Amino acid sequence: MKYIDEYRDPVAVRELIQAVSTTAQRIGGEPLRFMEVCGTHTMAIFRFGLRQILPGNVELISGPGCPVCVTAMAEVDRIVELSRREGVLVATFGDMLRVPGREISLAQAKAQGGRVEVVYSTLEALELARKNKEAQVVFMGVGFETTAPTVAAALFQAAGEGISNFSVLSCHKLLPPALEALLSGGKAKVHGFLMPGHVSTMIGAGAYEPLAREHKVPCVVTGFEPRDILSGILMLLRERAAHSHRVLIQYSRGVSWEGNTRAMGLLERVFQPRDSLWRGLGRIPDSGLALRPEFQGFDAERVFDLQPVPETEAQDPPGCRCGEVLQGLITPPQCGLFGRRCDPQNPVGPCMVSSEGTCAAYYKYN
Amino acid sequence: MSRILLDHGSGGKTSQELIEQVILPRLANPLLAPLNDGAVFELPGQAGGQRLAMTTDSYTVSPIFFPGGDIGSLAVHGTVNDLAMCGAEPLYLSAGLILEEGFDLSDLERILDSMRGAAEEAGVAIVTGDTKVVERGSADGIFINTAGLGMVRPGVSVSGQGARPGDRIILSGTVADHGVTILSQRKGLSFSTELRSDSAPLNGLVRAMLTAAPGIRCLRDPTRGGVATTLNEIAAQSRVGMILEEDALPLREEVRSACELLGLDPLYLANEGKVLAVVGPEEADRVLKAAQEHKYGRQAALIGRVTAENPGRVLLQTPYGTSRVVGMLAGEQLPRIC
Repeated sequence: MKYIDEYRDPVAVRELIQAVSTTAQRIGGEPLRFMEVCGTHTMAIFRFGLRQILPGNVELISGPGCPVCVTAMAEVDRIVELSRREGVLVATFGDMLRVPGREISLAQAKAQGGRVEVVYSTLEALELARKNKEAQVVFMGVGFETTAPTVAAALFQAAGEGISNFSVLSCHKLLPPALEALLSGGKAKVHGFLMPGHVSTMIGAGAYEPLAREHKVPCVVTGFEPRDILSGILMLLRERAAHSHRVLIQYSRGVSWEGNTRAMGLLERVFQPRDSLWRGLGRIPDSGLALRPEFQGFDAERVFDLQPVPETEAQDPPGCRCGEVLQGLITPPQCGLFGRRCDPQNPVGPCMVSSEGTCAAYYKYN
Repeated sequence: MSRILLDHGSGGKTSQELIEQVILPRLANPLLAPLNDGAVFELPGQAGGQRLAMTTDSYTVSPIFFPGGDIGSLAVHGTVNDLAMCGAEPLYLSAGLILEEGFDLSDLERILDSMRGAAEEAGVAIVTGDTKVVERGSADGIFINTAGLGMVRPGVSVSGQGARPGDRIILSGTVADHGVTILSQRKGLSFSTELRSDSAPLNGLVRAMLTAAPGIRCLRDPTRGGVATTLNEIAAQSRVGMILEEDALPLREEVRSACELLGLDPLYLANEGKVLAVVGPEEADRVLKAAQEHKYGRQAALIGRVTAENPGRVLLQTPYGTSRVVGMLAGEQLPRIC
């Protein structure tokens, strides 16, 4: 398969492993902790068994890059509450269904009679609104800069068509502010970032420049195939060896320095930054997206007069350590609930729910 | 679990829990307990006589018509195949139709014609049936239940408990064709592909395989939950481990592309015309050859082996010399968000 097979070639992979090992050996010293920010990276690393072939002093930790996992419980509670209202039809990506709120998940709300439908895109949610004129269709907008432009495009379409029974509950989040908060918090020890290929396609590699400069940490925007990931690690190692902390693009077939300015322009016309509550990371300034006043007719918070998301997250369920997992402070097996009370069918925390969640990845492949 | 969630029907771990914790304790009996694709028994007072196999399955699929089949052919193939997986020659089927008020009569005719065609190909007769109509909104167009009765071939004994260390694992063709075809037809996800469901009656193929090697230990059709879930079930029932070779898995290029794009693992997607066989090492070549000579087994491949190590676990070896655990499906597989 073009664009995939050449990035999975076993011979090339073996050569890269060799190079990674030699470089890591040359650097020596304390183990280097590289954070893969994106859930797709986490899954790929497991899928190809890459941890098994990395040298002992290179450690991969997972970051807050799964949109489902970082959604605050309070945000889940709001959509659960909406799904119970008369005349409301909630449209959501399937991954959100099983994320537990404080009381229940959307899947449970659905089983109790709430109207919830799984969609694969915002446009499909819009189609639901066209088809169910008697209902108020609310789309739960989750995701980073990758998904938000598609929501923006759908809203332009909705506005153009004069659709009046469609709104978005924006839980969208922005990645760079979260990484900034993670490093400023001082707890997470990160020697380099494997930056997410998909998000970076939109925001461009340049978006990480302030982070790299400020915290003297190299960042490599990395693709998702074995050769990509190993090349990304090798580039990070070489930066470390040279005491350098540049932002580099490994995934050059998808990502540019500037990003997709057209999509980002669309996003900015519909959304504006606001503070947002992150699972595990708490409230982070300007890390979320709210609909601009011009689009208030499509803003579920206004349409349904919702209470704002509280300043701080309600307490995690007892024992759940998703917050620490999301910051790369612990690996999932270090959580007492992992595999015992918490597994993919009965997830306690969000990292076990999403197929790209760190806990789900550890559970699936261990 | 205080209410039924959609996950309980996914065919994975959650479904298994529902069966083990809720259904089995109430309905248990020695014939049901092994949880094979069907029950195998002799008629009362005829110990040592002809063994019969009996099975039932209900079919709901959206869309009702899809490339390569429809709910009618699926309902016949599925039950024929469950009988074949018991080592039986399917003979008779029943058909129960649950129709939603307002369902298009011409669609029903098309489905019934398709059932007749599928039954003719498989050499079975639909000998009894039932029709119910429910109010609009109480069903999704049409649901079909079929049950089947067949005769087990003399000398054949296949069971999920039969796998032994050293055995080989054979898959009769490409993985995930049905699952990806159905996904490609779902509204909101529709992508264009030439792909067709692999829905097919497997009794002929299984007959050929059993004729070549009557000692086949285990036969299963990896439907819901896919190859991964089926192999996990066998590994658990037989208390053995399994090692698969990623490179050896037959996979169509279109299926692979769709899975890469959507972030799905083909090992967990449904097949409706494939059989997994666990066979002793000395019979493996014969079974493989017999399968490849049959029209529904042309792309059959040896995909792995059974081990004494890691009982209950299925491991997959990557081309990089690494391995990973292939667990059971936990909850429905969903396309990724970003």
